[in-house]
Amino acid sequence: MRYYFSEFKEGMLIAFQAIRANKMRSVLTTLGIVIGIVSVTLMGTAIEGLDRAFNKSIAAIGADVLYVQKWPWGGGHDWWTIRNRKDIRIQHAKVIERQATLAKSVSPVTATRRNVKYERKVVESVVIMGTDADFTETSGATIAFGRFLTPAEADGGRPVCALGSEVAVNLFPNENPIGKVVKVGNYAYRVVGVFDKQGSFLGMESLDNRVYVPINRFFKEFMSGRGGISVFVKAASLQQVDDAKEEVRGILRKARGLKPKQQDDFAINQQEIIIQTFNTIGVVIAGVGLFITGLSLFVGGIGIMNIMLVSVSERTKEIGLRKAIGATSRAVLLQFLIEAVIVSVVGGVIGILIGAGSSLLLSKISGWAVYISPFSVALAFGFSAGVGIVFGFWPAKKASLLSPIEALRYE
Amino acid sequence: MSTMIKLDSISKTYHMGEEDVHALQGLHLELQRNQYVAIMGPSGSGKSTLMNIIGCLDTPTSGLYELNGINVSEMNDNQLAKIRNKEIGFVFQTFNLLARSDVLHNVELPLIYGGVASAERKRLARESIERVGLTDRAHHKPNELSGGQRQRVAIARALVTHPSILLADEPTGNLDSKTGEEIMGLFDILHREGNTIILVTHEEDIAAHAHRIVRIRDGKVERDEPNKKRKVVTIPSTVMA
Ligand SMILES: Nc1ncnc2c1ncn2[C@@H]1O[C@H](COP(=O)(O)OP(=O)(O)OP(=O)(O)O)[C@@H](O)[C@H]1O
Ligand SMILES: [Mg+2]
Repeated sequence: MRYYFSEFKEGMLIAFQAIRANKMRSVLTTLGIVIGIVSVTLMGTAIEGLDRAFNKSIAAIGADVLYVQKWPWGGGHDWWTIRNRKDIRIQHAKVIERQATLAKSVSPVTATRRNVKYERKVVESVVIMGTDADFTETSGATIAFGRFLTPAEADGGRPVCALGSEVAVNLFPNENPIGKVVKVGNYAYRVVGVFDKQGSFLGMESLDNRVYVPINRFFKEFMSGRGGISVFVKAASLQQVDDAKEEVRGILRKARGLKPKQQDDFAINQQEIIIQTFNTIGVVIAGVGLFITGLSLFVGGIGIMNIMLVSVSERTKEIGLRKAIGATSRAVLLQFLIEAVIVSVVGGVIGILIGAGSSLLLSKISGWAVYISPFSVALAFGFSAGVGIVFGFWPAKKASLLSPIEALRYE
Repeated sequence: MSTMIKLDSISKTYHMGEEDVHALQGLHLELQRNQYVAIMGPSGSGKSTLMNIIGCLDTPTSGLYELNGINVSEMNDNQLAKIRNKEIGFVFQTFNLLARSDVLHNVELPLIYGGVASAERKRLARESIERVGLTDRAHHKPNELSGGQRQRVAIARALVTHPSILLADEPTGNLDSKTGEEIMGLFDILHREGNTIILVTHEEDIAAHAHRIVRIRDGKVERDEPNKKRKVVTIPSTVMA
């Protein structure tokens, strides 16, 4: 035990002396590791940032909502089978609304795109959502001013609408939109309310570039094709999502006349599926990142190996002397391993600092929720030490196997 | 007197491509505790080879080597490292000091590999440095010292573990004759203090300090006799300090 300790201390001392004596060389060697570790840190940060951004988006949409649809989310389905399914129709929403005991609210939802005009201003290709009065409750979206569609307006198919915040700002930069009449496609609608800003889903599709109209009117004025809808079902509580799903499933099977042996001809989607899809994408991103990172660490490691080989042959005589006065092969091995690990870990620490710095910068610039996890720091640290050990081993082993007499003779 | 070193029919053969070089050929030698031996012989006669075998830096091709009654010719690398650390003090012609370390650390080095605790290490190292008269140079680097002083550091390093035997292969080979004499004065004192010393030299003047002179030729002992005209030196004041 004592042997290890004093040998270890001596190893540290020698390593620092050697590094100090060859500053430029050490710096250049370290650079390879620095680059590798910076990419490890940035990669970890990026993946985690993506994860967080995604979960935030998911939370905004609501994890307690079931989406009854013809098409299941995620890939890997038989396109023809699903295409040939009967559409989900408004009466299905009604059945669920009547019968489901575990549903807090149920809304039929359908959507298309139209240009929206007010006087001379136009917002192109706005998502037009046809739904009912319960939509605010079902989706969790909130109204900033005015109000949402009343049940009477929704069921009666009155020409009224509520605007997403982005549409409202674009059409009414200096005016109060409430009571104004906008043209949705070719039809006139009176604005009754404006939504709060909801942000975007994963920074892609804005949830604010929308106009909400009564679904009954939507069918008359915008319906194209066969007219299938989605039904959003908000469960009574987050804990009851799974039970609610089973209940809705039973109700729908009956409503659509399925026999016990027949498979569901509809899908009940959940955020979970998006999460799964995302995780699959995440794994691919992480895999590619890992490969690039691994490659740069490998190159850094080769640099370390190279410099350690130089160091060993430069110090052959010193190794001979140390062995002559009683250093065991193990002590020599340890000495050079320590040196390799120190060079590597110093590179690692610098890499972590640079990585953390640029992550913070990235978050300032992109507005992404960047977060440097202690885990990614520990990982980077472990990686750099590991690279030192792996790539330092062969040179160190070579040094330790030198015969003392031959090493001493070496010029 | 007890036998400390016993070499029996020691041979060492180097294979140089096609031909074999027989550096040592059935050499016999016995050495008692506290002897002071000079090994002489022409260049290439096998003196260094012999010293390296005695110092456990090398192993003989055949023959028996006993150190303090222990057969070392069949030891493995780790055991040999331990013997070198504890039993042998080696002094080289070219000093072989660590250039980046100060005198104290150079002298401490064998104790580090011997697993001696730090405080004890420092104490022993200072003691050893004092014996070679370099107390005021303890924190100097080797390149701040003269050749003679460097060799003293090397001697202090060899002495620090209190080894059974001091081996010096041409310790004065890189020094001028005056400095060489000073170093020999130091060896004389160390011998008087009870150390066992073997040194290799080409110079009769240097060999004259020893009590016994072994002459080697072609890897064999040619002559082995007590030194009749032993040189008594006046001890330089630096060493007494
Ligand atoms: N590693 C080696 N490989 C091959 N031959 C060697 C090796 N070491 C020594 N020899 C040979 O062994 C013989 C004895 O060498 P050694 O170094 O012991 O001589 P020496 O008596 O010390 O000579 P010198 O007085 O010049 O130092 C020489 O012929 C030398 O060439
Ligand atoms: Mg020689």
